[in-house]
Amino acid sequence: MLRILGKIQRLGIVTEIVPASSEAALVDIGEQLKARVGEQFAGSLAIRQVDAGSCNGCELEIHALNNPYYSIERYGVHFVASPRHADLLLVTGPVSRHMEEALRRTYEATPEPRLVIAVGECGANGGEFGVSYAACGAVANVIPVDAVIRGCPPTPLALMRGILEVIAKRSSDP
Amino acid sequence: MTAPDPLSGFLDRLSAAGLHVEAQQAPGLAPARLVIVPAADWGRLGREAKVAAWRWAAGWGEDGDDTIGVNACFEKAGTYFVARTLVPRATPVLASHSAAYPGADRPERHIRDLLGVTFSDHPDPRRWTRHHAWQQGEYPLRRDFPAAGQPPAQTPADYQYNFLLAQGSGVYEIPVGPVHAGIIEPGHFRFQAVGETVLKLEERLAYTHKGIEKIAEGRDAEGLARLAGRVSGDSTVAHAWAACMAMEKAACVDVPPRALWLRALMCERERVANHVGDVGAILNDIAFAFGFHQFARLREEWQRVSHEAFGHRLMMDCIVPGGVATDLESRCMAPMLEQADALRQQIGKLMLIINDLPSVADRLRDTGVLSPEYASALGCLGYVGRASGMDFDVRRDAPYPPYDGLTVKVPLNHFGDVNARVRIRIEEISASFDLIRALLAEPPGGPIRADWKEASAGSEGLGLVEGWRGEILSCVRFGAGGKIARFFPRDPSWTTWPAIELLIHGNIVPDFPVCNKSVNGSYSGQDL
Repeated sequence: MLRILGKIQRLGIVTEIVPASSEAALVDIGEQLKARVGEQFAGSLAIRQVDAGSCNGCELEIHALNNPYYSIERYGVHFVASPRHADLLLVTGPVSRHMEEALRRTYEATPEPRLVIAVGECGANGGEFGVSYAACGAVANVIPVDAVIRGCPPTPLALMRGILEVIAKRSSDP
Repeated sequence: MTAPDPLSGFLDRLSAAGLHVEAQQAPGLAPARLVIVPAADWGRLGREAKVAAWRWAAGWGEDGDDTIGVNACFEKAGTYFVARTLVPRATPVLASHSAAYPGADRPERHIRDLLGVTFSDHPDPRRWTRHHAWQQGEYPLRRDFPAAGQPPAQTPADYQYNFLLAQGSGVYEIPVGPVHAGIIEPGHFRFQAVGETVLKLEERLAYTHKGIEKIAEGRDAEGLARLAGRVSGDSTVAHAWAACMAMEKAACVDVPPRALWLRALMCERERVANHVGDVGAILNDIAFAFGFHQFARLREEWQRVSHEAFGHRLMMDCIVPGGVATDLESRCMAPMLEQADALRQQIGKLMLIINDLPSVADRLRDTGVLSPEYASALGCLGYVGRASGMDFDVRRDAPYPPYDGLTVKVPLNHFGDVNARVRIRIEEISASFDLIRALLAEPPGGPIRADWKEASAGSEGLGLVEGWRGEILSCVRFGAGGKIARFFPRDPSWTTWPAIELLIHGNIVPDFPVCNKSVNGSYSGQDL
């Protein structure tokens, strides 16, 4: 136990002392995100991630949102295990036909406001896979989509920015 | 003194047993050799190969004009051969290899679902890759099946798949997925349990089937490399390398030494990134948050250097036909070396902490044991195989450049539990640091990409690469105009998914996540 405490103390907090230039953007986006989440979701935005056929590249970067560098939970954004607990679905694609019905049911199980973000080139437009006997292509071909975050895969920062944009857009809508 | 060639002896033995096998020249398949087998002898080939202790590595089919070709790749002590037979397209029936090789079970069902070849004595008549996006009797990999298919307006959820049911007092069933509770790929697990103990687990996969083999057809070489880089996103480097290797052999393109050097550097970086991330995730699955965050931190730092050096955090699309897309600037080399050394130290210290905790040992030791017998029967690859006594690594046993000039340490363990898989991964990280150090010490100069030459119609190639999950086998055939006629990538996950059904026996349901993560099969890589 002493070793763990020692390690934690020696390492300090990596979350905010990163020198890279993109980190200013991270803190900036994060603070805006926190403010919006505070206004619209009582300080807590619950995300259900749905892999609807992805190559798993997007999932790696979505995972990174939870690492100590991005630590998206500090802005009130957290990932939940059930669509019934979620405000927002983060869906990667392309939507395989074998996942089509599962995605529909996940969407139907999500309570309002039921925001949907299609993640990655495949989620946005089918990417390398497109539409075929096996794939429906873009997420929007299967369920209504509020926003897309492009990139193959999008970086963690792009993901944070995309989440911020969709809730900012929502607050500006009448 | 050269080692005896296991293939010549085996072919003699087959001939003596009355099988009409014929070895043929197929330079694109090297180091594997091509052996033509009459369809009538296919089943016996499987049984004889098993007796002679060959590993069944992969099976795939290919539609022809009047025939369908079926291939099975075997390996023994680093020697490979591809057995090939032809069955009439009108009556494509063949004996199964799955009685001798349980690992052939799902690949043969995949061939059945996509090409319509019937394996007459296959023990399992159920679908595998097909759910309901196409109908029984339709075969997407037949040439007359359009890539667009004729899917229903809405594809229904999978139904009428008969899971084996356990019965008895207190037995209950837990269906899990395809949408899982975490940030993870989709698949279905059907548990039969008593109390907390798992009696039986059955996997139902192919939820992420994206038609990769079909939509590869008609692509040019660059398009195939991009697709191969998305067979399994966490193995983008290794899959792209294997596909490019196959295309380069088919097209007789020599890759410049500097490009091979860069490919190996990227592949080792990919190995480290995934092992580091997975060790953290395994610790997370036993609720050891400290370990999770520490390893997640190290993975992030590692990915940032990959981005700095190669322009992409996962190094996607960095490997292209004939070489690589981006060179490594010399200014990146010293930081890369420093990071490897620093990470080695940090991981060493973290493991001291982790090894010191009885609660960690309690969760990892004797959990999810895969016996060496089962691992061997399934032909398990990578760290899953090596944690259960399967002493094999393509980089060492069938080395391809630049590994032919490097010493690759291959760790081995026989306990087969989650703990052994964690140990193997930690040792593999260390071995990759050694390789990165050796590579950075001798950077070759010269170009990073060879001019592409159009491959002749009908030419084929085989790529064999040790990805972070194990041996990736990639088969390519070119058609007219330098376009792809056939692509089959065999991710090592095909060999480790069935192992989870075995290693979970007698474990408690709450240990399933850590067992699963310690194996970490790729859904996308097996579903294709």
